[in-house]
Order: sequence, then C-alpha cells, then structure tokens
Amino acid sequence: MLQITNLHATADGREILKGLDLSVSAGEVHAIMGPNGSGKSTLAQILAGHPVYIVTEGLVTFEGRDLLDMEPEERAQAGLFLAFQYPVSIRGITNAYFLRAGVNAIRKSQGLPELDPLDFLDVLQEKLKVIGWDDSFLNRPVNDGFSGGEKKRNEILQMAVLEPRLAVLDETDSGLDIDALKTVAAAVNKLRAPERATIVVTHYQRLLNYIIPDVVHVLVDGRIARSGSKELALELEARGYDWIKPEADVA
Amino acid sequence: MTAGSGTAADQRQGLLDEYHKAIAPSGRKAPAWLAGLREAAIARFADVGFPSTRQEDWRFTSVAPLANLRFSRMHWHPRPQIGREHLGLMLPPGPGAAHAVFVNGRFAPNLSSVGGLPAGVRLGSLADTIQRNGAAGAAIERHLGRHALVDRNPFTALATAFVEDGAFLYVPAGVEVEAPVQLLFLAAPGDGPSASYPRVLIVAERGARVSVVETYAGVEDRAYLTSAVTELVAQDGAQIASCRIQRESELAYHMATSQVYQGPDSSVQTCTVAVGSALSRHDVGAVLGGAGGYLILNGLSVLHGRQHVDHHTTIDHAAPHCESHELFNGILDDHARGVFTGRIIVRPGAQRTDSKQTNNNLLLSEEARADSQPQLEIHADDVKCTHGATLGPLDPAALFYLQTRGIAPHDARDLMTYGFSAQIIGTVPVPELRRQLDRLVRATLDRGARRPRAVP
Repeated sequence: MLQITNLHATADGREILKGLDLSVSAGEVHAIMGPNGSGKSTLAQILAGHPVYIVTEGLVTFEGRDLLDMEPEERAQAGLFLAFQYPVSIRGITNAYFLRAGVNAIRKSQGLPELDPLDFLDVLQEKLKVIGWDDSFLNRPVNDGFSGGEKKRNEILQMAVLEPRLAVLDETDSGLDIDALKTVAAAVNKLRAPERATIVVTHYQRLLNYIIPDVVHVLVDGRIARSGSKELALELEARGYDWIKPEADVA
Repeated sequence: MTAGSGTAADQRQGLLDEYHKAIAPSGRKAPAWLAGLREAAIARFADVGFPSTRQEDWRFTSVAPLANLRFSRMHWHPRPQIGREHLGLMLPPGPGAAHAVFVNGRFAPNLSSVGGLPAGVRLGSLADTIQRNGAAGAAIERHLGRHALVDRNPFTALATAFVEDGAFLYVPAGVEVEAPVQLLFLAAPGDGPSASYPRVLIVAERGARVSVVETYAGVEDRAYLTSAVTELVAQDGAQIASCRIQRESELAYHMATSQVYQGPDSSVQTCTVAVGSALSRHDVGAVLGGAGGYLILNGLSVLHGRQHVDHHTTIDHAAPHCESHELFNGILDDHARGVFTGRIIVRPGAQRTDSKQTNNNLLLSEEARADSQPQLEIHADDVKCTHGATLGPLDPAALFYLQTRGIAPHDARDLMTYGFSAQIIGTVPVPELRRQLDRLVRATLDRGARRPRAVP
C-alpha cells in the first residue's frame, strides 16, 4: 500500500530525514517510535504533503501512485489521512459543517453524489457512538476552544467519518488521559480491516497496549534504525532509546 | 469660489440653505419640541460642518468625497417606481412578518404591511404618530433625539435637523413580538445625488421582547447619501435583538448613528452588517444605564474594490453589574479598508462591570487595510475589561489542515472566509435573522468570486 524508498527531506535548509525506507501493506498496523527530534512528525507531515518540508531525494508510492506528486487534498481523496499532533482551529465553521465539506469533497472526487445535511447527520450520529461523544461537539467551531483531549478525539472522529485507506496518527496519544486513550484506541481498532492500514507515530509504548502493532520501527536521526515485533516497543519502554543509536551507526 | 466647485464649505452652505428653505418653514406646523430639536441640530451642524481627518474621531475616514457632490433632497426621484420585486431581494421570503418600507426616508404604506402585531404594539411612520399625538406621540417626544446626541457626530446633527419621517416601533410592557419586524429604507435618487435622512425609534417597555431588522439599500447603482439615525430604548427587563444591514449601492455614501439606551436587567443583542457603499461610517453607542444590563454589540463587514467602512463604537457602562460583549469581524478584499474604534467607558461606581471587546480583520489581498483602535476609560476598580485585535491573511496552517481533509485550496479559502462571517452571524439569537444574514453574506462573498479580480 505504502512504499517509502530512501527518503531525504529538509525543512528550512536542515536535513531531517536521511534515507528512510518503510513498507506498509494493507491490513497492517505499523508503529513508528523514536526520541524527540528523530523525524517522526516530519515523516507524518511529509506523507500528508505539508509545504514546509522539501523532499530532496527518494520515492514514496501510495497504492501505486507517486504520492509526492500529489497535492494534499488529492492524497486525502486517494484515502490518506493524517491525525494531527496539533489540530488547527477554524473560526466560525462548525464541526458538522467541516466534516460534511470533507466527506463531500472526497465523494465528489470519486464521482459519488454529495450527501445532504440530513443524510450526513445519520452518518455522523453513528460515528459519534464509536468515539463515545454526544452531538454537542457538532455545533461547536472546529477545534476552537477545545481542550487538548477534545482536539485529539476530534481527529479520531474525522478519521472515523472519512474512513481512510491509510491513517497516520501523529502522537495522537500525547495529552490523553487513560480513558480517552482507550476510546481513541477502540476507534482505531474498529477501523482495522484487511483493505486498510494504520501508521501510529508515538513517543511512548503506552498506546500500543491498546492498538497492537504488527511491526514496530525505531526512527533515529532520520532513518529507521531498527524494526521488530510488538515486543520491541516493550524493550524500548524498559531500556529507553539510547541503546539503539550505536547499532544504527554500525548499520 | 464658483458655485458647485465642491468644497466642504460649499456643501455645508448648500445644506444650510436647503434647511432654511425646506425644513424650517414646515416647523411652524410641527410641535414645538420637534422644531426645537431641529433648530438645535442645524445650529450644531452650522457650527462644526463636516468633519476632517484632523479630528481624532475621523482620523482614518475622510469625507472629502462627499464634498464633491451636491447632495440634496431636491434630487429625490419624483415618482420612484418601486414594486414588490425590489422588496423580494431585501426582505426574507415567505409571508408573515410585519414590515415597514420607507422610500427616501418617507413611509411608503402601499409597500408596507404593519398589521398582525400583538395588541398595543405600534409600527409605522414617525411623522404620522407625532401628528396624532396620544401616548405613542408622547413616547416619541420623550426619546427622539434624546439618545443620539447631535454634538457627538456632525452627521447626527445633520440628520436630526432634517428629520421628517422614519420608523417608529413601540412594544408596550410585557408584550412579546415573535416574528422579527423588518424595516426597509430604500434610497431612490432622481436626477442627481440625492440625500435622505432615515430615522428609527424603537422603544421596548418594561419586560417587552422584540426582534427587528433595519435594511438600508438603494434601488439604483448611483451616488447618493444616506444619513441615518436609530435610537433604541430597552426599558427594565426588556429584550431586543436587532440587526442592521447596510447594503447600499457601491457608489453611495452611508453615514449612520445607532444609539442604544438600556434600563436595569435589560438585554440588547445587536449586529451591524456592512456590505455596501463606497464609503460608510456607523457610530454605534450603548449606554448601560441600569444594573444587570446585558449587551452584545457585534459587527461584520464584507468589502471589496475600494470600499471603506468605519465602525465607531462606544459602550458606556454607567451602572454596576452590567456585561458587554463586542465582536467585530472585517473581511477586506482588493483595496478595501476597514476602520474599527472601540471605546469602552466604565463610570465611577460601575463596579462588577464585565466587558470584552474583540476585532478581527481578514485581509484577502495585499492592498487591503485595516485599522483597529481600542479606547478604554475605566473609572472603577472592581471590573473585568479585556480587548484584543487581529489582522492578517487566512491562516496557512488552517488551509493545509482543510486540504488534508480533501478540500481543494480554493474551496478551503472560501470556507475559511465564510467562517469568518459565520462567527458573527452565529451569535444572532433569532434563527430567522441568522438565515437572512447568512443569505446576504453568501451572496456578497459570491460577488467577489464571480467578478474579475482587480488585484491578481
């Protein structure tokens, strides 16, 4: 589904990714862990198409298409979703309106008829149950005045509504209490399906107790330094990241 | 100086002559209080004339373009052809709500429908009600010109000198009016630049509740002057929701004052929306005159081309335990310019005042400009007053966020721009009014999208 080959990227002239390789197949959940500044969030932002990052070398294909050649909205329309680490507020636009705009933009790109507000409300009510929310959030402006936890849940609501092929969760667990974490994990697990894949970017192992990954990668200094099974995450939790570094340098 | 050379002094003299020829003689038939009000007003205008940008209150708004045109009541269209089709664009669709229509400031009974209101509610012409005297006439005498004072703004003086007719809405104690009342002021210029002086007086007695919309528009795309004054009185515990829509011709000039007086425990929620005129100025003032008053004073302007709007607000906390919230958003495209001055006065003794003021400006082009100045005068110590202003283009982070949800940049920009207006419209407490404003703003934003852009 997603194939990243020798990806190099810079921001403000500074190289952040230095030859990253990653392959994600349909049906899989990959966790990407690593210390602060290793390039985890940069990778997530590059996949979504953030204009501040410049890819200087390498290739990314998504479902056989050159992802780097696509605009951010085209990536979303093709089924890629990024749950933001820092979701942005949008003045005056209610959550319901925003979600419908996104769903309809994607449906339009697929040649499907747009949903009217009433049909869409039915879809929304069902998805709200998944994340354990009442509909009071629907009429509040997008992320405006939301608490940190509410913003993260809102990202998951968007994911549930947009039903992406590949979801990238960028530190969705940061700032969540344990109940919110479980809710978020349940929503992600609910979306697991043979034709979908998920990349979970996280600093801590905690989330991976609830979202069981198929593969765990450790990102150090812009490269995948080590990949392994879910036990690798436990080892990182116990030993920290420092022991990885030398091995990466040797490799 | 030759006649019609178009200086501010000529313009002033022309208006003074017109007053003495056309208005003063009719004063002999008017009640003494009204004649006195006009005389005091014209004396004030003769004294100060048009404002200049050397005056602090007019620093960002030059009325020099006004002086180049000899605005006059003489240029009213003699037989304006106004039919229902004109009203359709200005009034919400469907039957029901009471509406009063005024052409060049004068009540047009054949275009109006003022029946169907609860017993005791009066809606109609100021001039008619003054002539008929009675209790309603007494209410007019008590309030007309007593709130919007002529020494605050030369145009208030001018409009008060020329006051002849306008809208009067009176809601007696305890009466609640369900559907919003619509007041529509149409400028119908004839053979030259016309001037009209629409006037509104709204009085809600103790415990009354009413919502009202004032719309100002022109029937033709021409240069004309609308100099309007609205006075709005909410007695003890009364609740007023009021919207003001300024959608004049983009060649027109619109100078207006709205002054609110609030008694104890009253609630006033106002929203002023400006999308029209080449040059417009709206002074909105409110006096919180009794404890427990609640005021929302919001505004929105959506401008393009070389349009200029100046919102000058004054909230006077004259009593303790009052709350005021003020939110003005400006959406400025092309070379448009928005000015916002927000003055908040907390009088000695007005303890426990809670006041919040925000002014946001969205600049859609490099040439658009916004000026924002808060003026806080606080003379009490136990108060909470906050203010803030923002100015800038659409947030690129939000643009990217929307794109990652599948929305193309063009649509994302439209959505965010619309959101900027929806933030204001969403605060309007009456659903019918929200829909009416929403339709107006969507049509206005589309105007910008469809026309060839002046600035690439």
